[in-house]
This record gives sequence, structure tokens and C-alpha cells, in this order.
Amino acid sequence: MVADHAPGSGARIVGGRVFPVLVVVLSILVIWYAGAVLLNRAWVLDQAQRAGVELSVGEVVAQSWSQERPRLPAPHQVVEDFWNSTFGTRVTSKRSLVRHAWITLSATLAGFGLGAVLGIMLAVGIVHDRTMNASVMPWVIASQTIPILAIAPMIIVVLNSVGVSGLLPKAFISMYLSFFPVVVGMVKGFRSPDRMLLDQMHTWNAGRRQTFWKLRWPASMPYLFASLKVAVAASLVGAIIGELPTGAVAGLGARMLSGSYYGQTVQIWSALLMAAILAAVLVALIGLAERVTLAAMGGRA
Amino acid sequence: MTGVPVIDAKGLGLTFQTGDGPVVALSDVNLAVRRGDFVSFIGPSGCGKTTFLRVAADLERPTSGSITVNGMSPADARQARAYGYVFQAAGLFPWRTIDRNIRLPLEIMGYSKDDQNARVARVLEMVELSGFENKYPWQLSGGMQQRASIARALAFDADLLLMDEPFGALDEIVRDRLNEQLLDLWKRTGKTICFVTHSIPEAVYLSTRIVVMSPRPGRVTDVIESPLPAERPLHIRESAAFLDIAARVRDGLRAGMGDDV
Repeated sequence: MVADHAPGSGARIVGGRVFPVLVVVLSILVIWYAGAVLLNRAWVLDQAQRAGVELSVGEVVAQSWSQERPRLPAPHQVVEDFWNSTFGTRVTSKRSLVRHAWITLSATLAGFGLGAVLGIMLAVGIVHDRTMNASVMPWVIASQTIPILAIAPMIIVVLNSVGVSGLLPKAFISMYLSFFPVVVGMVKGFRSPDRMLLDQMHTWNAGRRQTFWKLRWPASMPYLFASLKVAVAASLVGAIIGELPTGAVAGLGARMLSGSYYGQTVQIWSALLMAAILAAVLVALIGLAERVTLAAMGGRA
Repeated sequence: MTGVPVIDAKGLGLTFQTGDGPVVALSDVNLAVRRGDFVSFIGPSGCGKTTFLRVAADLERPTSGSITVNGMSPADARQARAYGYVFQAAGLFPWRTIDRNIRLPLEIMGYSKDDQNARVARVLEMVELSGFENKYPWQLSGGMQQRASIARALAFDADLLLMDEPFGALDEIVRDRLNEQLLDLWKRTGKTICFVTHSIPEAVYLSTRIVVMSPRPGRVTDVIESPLPAERPLHIRESAAFLDIAARVRDGLRAGMGDDV
């Protein structure tokens, strides 16, 4: 129970969690800055040589961290661009990262919703029907062995030719990636009640429907949330990939693609940062829903 | 004590087909359980006592012979909700409170809300768990969980109670207490109880009849009518009559084991 942990938990968080996290973040920053110098200094030295100037070590480092189009932008450059395009730009502007993030997020959420529903329905079928159990699972697994980058353009072209464009094709690709963890997790979850509980339902002459709603469904909740967390991250990846081959003009994927066309590495990295933040927030939201649901189900944790 | 036996087995046999060849779980079992009986099934593991109960409950199909429950086939009896089954583990749903666990079979069987409330309150009182209705199973001790499980089996109108080693996992003190309560419950409700155990004192203390079984193949070796009075305080277990029956059960078990021990 949460209440049991209350005394002294502040001290424990500082000692047990914040410190290790800080160490990891600092290490990443150090490696990142060092990497930026290593990767960008060649251009700096080249420029200096052409201009016939001798540069001190300090100058080389400073210039490696402040190029317009670095191979690897330094963290502060990414943060600065992220800040400007998120908070320093009107949401309606084409340069606004918030606008691009929203476009990707809407496709992600649509794809996630479709994928979760499809995944749960397939799992219900697989658990209840012998034929589906034998026939569907291999296809589900096969579907994930195909590189999504290879079929994403086909999905978009095919859907476009039947007049479907915009959010839906992206949501579709997003769904393609996100239904898989849900199927696998929920099949396991629906089968998680042990033999004795199923026998018990049998002695009460419970029908399949009753056994599902009163036993299998509640028993599968921990599996549902675990697979939804994986699924929502996959949905985001799917939505971003869906924006790459479409020549899409908006969305985080489009932002990354145009960044790479024009050598705007800082722009790519700030779009990446936004994608990472979105993913973290989505996973955290599902974690929250999980905690609320399991607590309502009398969970101990 | 008259009329159709509650359970009537004739030449009952069950052979499981396993990867290692056929395993005979029950062989030629003839047994009639009369209305109002408290019958214990005792024997070493593998003697088929649990299997017999599971056949009566339509959880296993016999491969030979016949069995009726309340004069019907086990499948019909199950569909008529003729029995309550208490498993070795309490089998409470962890996401339901005690109240909602007991309500579960009532919901499935379609009892009205008012009827459900009345029944839950009644059986909770019977097993002395009133006041715990809003607790979750993990908040209760093992003995209390098993009592809740018994309450759940009592909540609907089955006059037959099948109990598969319900107190097997509990310590002796809790077990004594539950045995006393169970006897009391049996007398008050007039239900027929079939009780699987491998404790000799438990079987002798509880039963009006003791069915001694032996393994390989599972068969009935002795049926002992208990001469003990209906009124059974715990200290009856030190009486000469009690020890006599216990000795006879032990002999029966030993004979059934042959040279294996």
C-alpha cells in the first residue's frame, strides 16, 4: 500500500532514484558533447585552414558546438531549436513543432485505438475458437516480420487510389504496428486464469460469455496494460514512418525528412526530442490508467 | 434417509489416456451416498478420491460404469446447479471483495439483486464472516478465505456439497476450528456432504460414513459406518469409539497400499 511507504520516502527517492538518474543524464551529456566535438571538428579545422587561421583548442571546441549544420548538434543547440519552435513560434506556423507534434499525435492515437481494438478482438477469437487459434497466430507473427518501411508506401498508395488520404493511412500503418503486442499480450492474459477457476465457473454452469466477462477479462487487465504500453510506443513509430514516404508536409516524420533533405540536423534532432517526449507522456498516461484500474480492482500494489 | 441416493455409482471406472499410456484413476467403484450423509473419502494420493468427486461434478467423464447425481446424469445435475463444489484452494477472485465473490455464482445463475443481498448476508453469518464483506481476499487469512469459499458454495440452493480437501493447506488449529464449524453447518442445513481428505482424524471426526480408497487402480476398499453420535465435541477424538474407527481406517489404508509402504 502506498500509505505504508510514506515515512522517509522523500529521503529514499533522493538517495535511491534521483541520484542514479542524474548520473546517467550527466554521462549522456558528456558523451554527447564529446561526440559533437569529434564529429564536427573536421569541418571547423577545414574552414580554418582555408582561411589560413590557426585555432586554439578552445576555439575548435566552441565552433564545433555552434555550427549552423553540424553532423551532430550539441545538446544546447537542440534544446534551443526545440524551445524556439515549440514556444517561440505561433501554433499555426509551419515551423511550429507543436503543430507537427499534434498532427503526428492524432494519427498515433487513431492508430493506437484501432490497433488496441483489433488486437483485443483477435485475441478473443484466438482464445475461444480452435480454428482461429491454429490459423490466425501464424499470420499475426508473419505480419510483423515484414519491414514496415517496405509496405508503408504501398499502404499509402493503395489507400490514396481509393480516395483515402490524410490521417487515415498513417493511422492504418500505426495500427499495423500496434495491434501485435496487444494480440500476444491478451491471448496470454485471457488464458491466465488457472484451471481451478475455470472448473469453478463450469460447476456453476457459466456460459462462455459469462466466463469471459467475469473471469477472463478482469484476469487479463495486467497483461492489457503491459501490452498497451508497448503498443502506444509502436503506434508513434508507425505514425512517424507513415509520414516519411507520403511526401507529407506536416508531422514529426515530415519534419525529420525535410531536415535531412536540407541538412538541417538540428531540426531533425529537435523533432526526435519531441517524439521521445510524446512517447514518454503516452506511456506514462497508460501507466497512470493502469494504477487507477488495478487499485479499483483491489490491487495490493 | 429414503428415496433416490444423492450420488449413485455403479461399476464406475475412469482411465486417463496419457503420453505414458493409460492410467486407471477409478476402477469398478460402487457407492451410494444417501441424502443427509456426511461422507469422507480417504486414501493416499492417486487413489482416485478427487477424481470421484470430479466425475460427480461433471468435471471428468467416466469411461465405464454409470453414475447419477440426484437421479440425473452429472451433466444434467450440473446444469440444474445441484451441487456446490469447494476446491483445495479457496479460488476467490482477487479483484472481487468477499461480498462480490460470494455474489458471483448468484450473478451467473441470475438471482435477483434483493435475493443476492439476502443470501450473501445469510451465508456470511453462517461462516462467521459478517463484517468482512468489503475486504479483498488477500486481506483475509487462509482459513477465512476458505470459509468465504464455503459460503460461496452454500449461497445457492444446492443440497449437495462436494469438498475436495478444503482444509488441506491450513494449520492444525485452524483446521480443528473449521471442522467444528463445518459439522455445525452440516447439522443446521441438512445438506449432503462429500468430503475428500487424507487426514484420518478429520475423516473420523466429521463423517457419518468413511470411504477408504486405495491406489493403482483407484478403488474402494472399505466403507465404514460411523457409530459416533451426531453431537461431536472436539474431545470426542480421545474416546475409545473414535480411536476404534481411526484404527479401522488405518488398517484399511494399509491393506490397500499392499507392499508399497
